Amino acid sequence: MQIAIVQDVIDAGAVTGSLKAGSDGAMCVFDGVVRDNTRGRRTLYLDYEAYEQMALSQMRVLAEEAIAKFGVRDVAIIHRLGRLYVGETSVLIAVASAHRGASFDACRWVIDTLKKTVPIWKKEQFEDGAVWADGEPFPEEIVRG
Amino acid sequence: MKVLYFGVLRDVFCCPAEELEVGDRCTVGGLRQVFHGRMPEGAWKSMAIAVNQEYAGEEVELQEGDEVALLPPVSGG
Repeated sequence: MQIAIVQDVIDAGAVTGSLKAGSDGAMCVFDGVVRDNTRGRRTLYLDYEAYEQMALSQMRVLAEEAIAKFGVRDVAIIHRLGRLYVGETSVLIAVASAHRGASFDACRWVIDTLKKTVPIWKKEQFEDGAVWADGEPFPEEIVRG
Repeated sequence: MKVLYFGVLRDVFCCPAEELEVGDRCTVGGLRQVFHGRMPEGAWKSMAIAVNQEYAGEEVELQEGDEVALLPPVSGG
């Protein structure tokens, strides 16, 4: 497993290259990119911050759950923090497995779940002001216990 | 007890953390009530509470020295 929070550019080739093994027949990669707009409002940059130690442990849990749930061989989750400009990678998820179906399913599940459970936040800087991005509501079991 | 704030809550409270007095045997649910009225209703309803870097349900009892954090809905990715 490769789990990391970084401040610098994420090298997708290095991550996927080091994740691969001989038994893999598929590597599914999700590359989350800073878009130039939100609902038509022009974005200049995003500032990401995290509750870092908790975010790392939640990312580790996600990778372990993905391996158990989908039967994939290995998972990498790398998230970048700080100021990111349009076109830059904010998060990279790579899933290696023997067959493509499981790697697609696991990769989708990891990014969808990360967006609900990993304590990372982004503030969007527009041409005409800044707002904290609306997060997705927490899953019920997180809030109620 | 030290309470950490993240995301929009840092703007609401104008600081990253505060020292709070909570009574003995205060639960996460009790702490949530302490903040009712101190923040916009929407933020209060939607936040999660972490104790020692794990999401904690309403019944969890807070201990002296716990690291407590108020978390608005996350928006990573």
